[in-house]
Amino acid sequence: MSTRGAPALTKGVNRTASTAVKRISGFGLGAVWHGLRRRFRGLGRASVIGIPYLWLLAFFLIPFVIVLKISLAETEIAQPPYTSLWYWIEHKYLNIRLNLGNYQYLIQDSLYWTAYLNSVKIAAVSTVFCLLVGYPIAYGIARARPDRRILLLMLVILPFWTSFLIRVYAWIGILKTNGLINNALMALGIVDTPLVMMQTDFAVYLGIVYSYLPFMILPLYANLEKLDLTLLEAAADLGCRPSKAFFRVTLPLSMPGILAGSMLVFIPAVGEFVIPALLGGPDTLMIGRILWDEFFANRDWPVASAVAIALLLLLVIPIVLFQYNQARAAEAKS
Amino acid sequence: MSPLQLFYRTTLLLGGLALATGCGQKAEDKPAAAAEEEVVVVEVEAEEPVLNVYNWSDYIAEDTIANFEERTGITVNYDVFDSNEVVEAKLLAGNTGYDIVVPTASFLERQIKAGVFRKLDRDQLSNWSNLDGDIMARVSKHDPDNQHAAVYMWGTTGIGFDEVKVAEVFPDAPTDSWAMLFDPEVIAKLSACGVTLLDAPTEAVSAVLAYLGRDPNSEDLADLAAAEEVLMSIRPFVRYIHSSQQINDLANGEICVAMGWSGDMMIAADRASEAENGIEIAYSIPKQGTVIWFDMLAIPADAPHPNNAHLFINYLLEPEVAAAISNYVFYANPNSASVEFVEAEILEDPGIYPPDEVKAKLYPDLARSAEYTRNLTRTWTRFKTGQ
Repeated sequence: MSTRGAPALTKGVNRTASTAVKRISGFGLGAVWHGLRRRFRGLGRASVIGIPYLWLLAFFLIPFVIVLKISLAETEIAQPPYTSLWYWIEHKYLNIRLNLGNYQYLIQDSLYWTAYLNSVKIAAVSTVFCLLVGYPIAYGIARARPDRRILLLMLVILPFWTSFLIRVYAWIGILKTNGLINNALMALGIVDTPLVMMQTDFAVYLGIVYSYLPFMILPLYANLEKLDLTLLEAAADLGCRPSKAFFRVTLPLSMPGILAGSMLVFIPAVGEFVIPALLGGPDTLMIGRILWDEFFANRDWPVASAVAIALLLLLVIPIVLFQYNQARAAEAKS
Repeated sequence: MSPLQLFYRTTLLLGGLALATGCGQKAEDKPAAAAEEEVVVVEVEAEEPVLNVYNWSDYIAEDTIANFEERTGITVNYDVFDSNEVVEAKLLAGNTGYDIVVPTASFLERQIKAGVFRKLDRDQLSNWSNLDGDIMARVSKHDPDNQHAAVYMWGTTGIGFDEVKVAEVFPDAPTDSWAMLFDPEVIAKLSACGVTLLDAPTEAVSAVLAYLGRDPNSEDLADLAAAEEVLMSIRPFVRYIHSSQQINDLANGEICVAMGWSGDMMIAADRASEAENGIEIAYSIPKQGTVIWFDMLAIPADAPHPNNAHLFINYLLEPEVAAAISNYVFYANPNSASVEFVEAEILEDPGIYPPDEVKAKLYPDLARSAEYTRNLTRTWTRFKTGQ
């Protein structure tokens, strides 16, 4: 839908721009102006395409290559604490030494695999809960009166204005043994002994669902808001009950929003470190913590980098496959 | 719209939000940076009058920095950390911009080998002679001939406990022994009111080895395995494993026994008596011996203001200054000339300034080899996760 709209929009802009130029170029400088304009337009096009690529190069590719480089080195008591991959012999021969032992080590020790699977499990469960909580919220906002939608969306985005760390800390105050919830329950006489909620997996799930909920709501809202309501009217006309219409019309049409939201929650949740560190117990094993241990406790930057690269590949490959399938499905349709 | 388009668009939107808030934060930092630049212009001859200090959190008296600034005209940028590991990662990456850092001696030992620190210029440290000979001799095991660092404060790792609650759940508890934590039968009883351990693998394992009568600084894997067996047997009775949370929890009565650093346990005792909640925290140094650790003042090799750093170290070595810090943070200082200025309550506390016969049993926490550390971390992960 959006691609069909785009060319029309640019055409409109060009037309107003050229009429404006015609008015200014009344002095006979027209030819010079046109030349300049053409050149700038070429430059503009290049920069519009180039800037995102430069961005990716500077903030994704270069850091990735640095981490990859460290993952192929060996540890050393030095500053920085790893060996160089290459050195010159007599200024003539370049000696390159790559160490694949770090990756081999990851495969040999079951700890990394266990931690990875556990991270995937925690992320997946959190994603499902985010979806269950986020879908009704997104649906509600999309069906609200248009003038209220902005306000409701603001309420979703508002927590981002406070530091993520402080929001997670706030949960400690709410969940701890003599925290808000336990004090309230004790005062009301509902429980005699305080519930242990901190340092449990429950607290980690709660923290992740709370922190990542907006990432689920926003794409879902973007999708649900565009839903054609006449489709639901048609379903009702044909005798379909509202609940059935939801499952047969709304839900399938909102699938792209569900997938996008789930990816936005799942991917960062797998590598999450702060939430399990602050809210989780010592037995909450996640790959982010293992990475911390490798880097800080073992001072083994190469193995830490290898863990990071392996995590990245394990996450990126499924997404690339997904994108490939999507593209093929889109081609098949057209 | 395809899911990927939605995905990318939302990412961009959220990225933009993050950038917007990030820029806001940077703008706040700017005035300080601008102030520094002005100072550079004023004084060109020697070092600019700036000093960047990186110390542990809650680890200095309230007026220590202000007095130094007033006396010398040097602006101090004071930054804090709460883990040796974070400091080490920064130091090893280089270009920290700090002039003074305060790592613990066992970490400093390895950092010296990595070439992170410059040697101290004793000619600029007229107060060096105030340092206690016994303490400096102990430290020279980490830093040969005390070439790179002066001791800031020192302490021990022991057991903090709530006297009332412990007496309730286990009247004859062996409070002067590591059995409090490492004997399954004892800790099982104490777990009724909450027991915690420090998240410090070397210190915890060496304490278990001391309890077992083995060499606490052993790098023998058989010793490590023996320690792991003890740790696994007590795992079900440990509420949590954390390095700072136990301070408040002891003071609030959420837990009743904690492995902790001496000063932290004193802070817990202080907070409990301030809250007047009827909780009385005591600290004991186990009879089997424990770690004596030293936090060290050191100057990074690439420090931008090494002369100011020497001035600051010399200032901290003044008896009155060192005493004022001890009076505030409840840690022992290494300054033998400061004794007359330290409050009697602190000086006479055997948990802070242990008597000589207890001191004789304290052992250093030496840096371990990389290979042993890897095994240790692995053991510790198994212990923490209980698998």
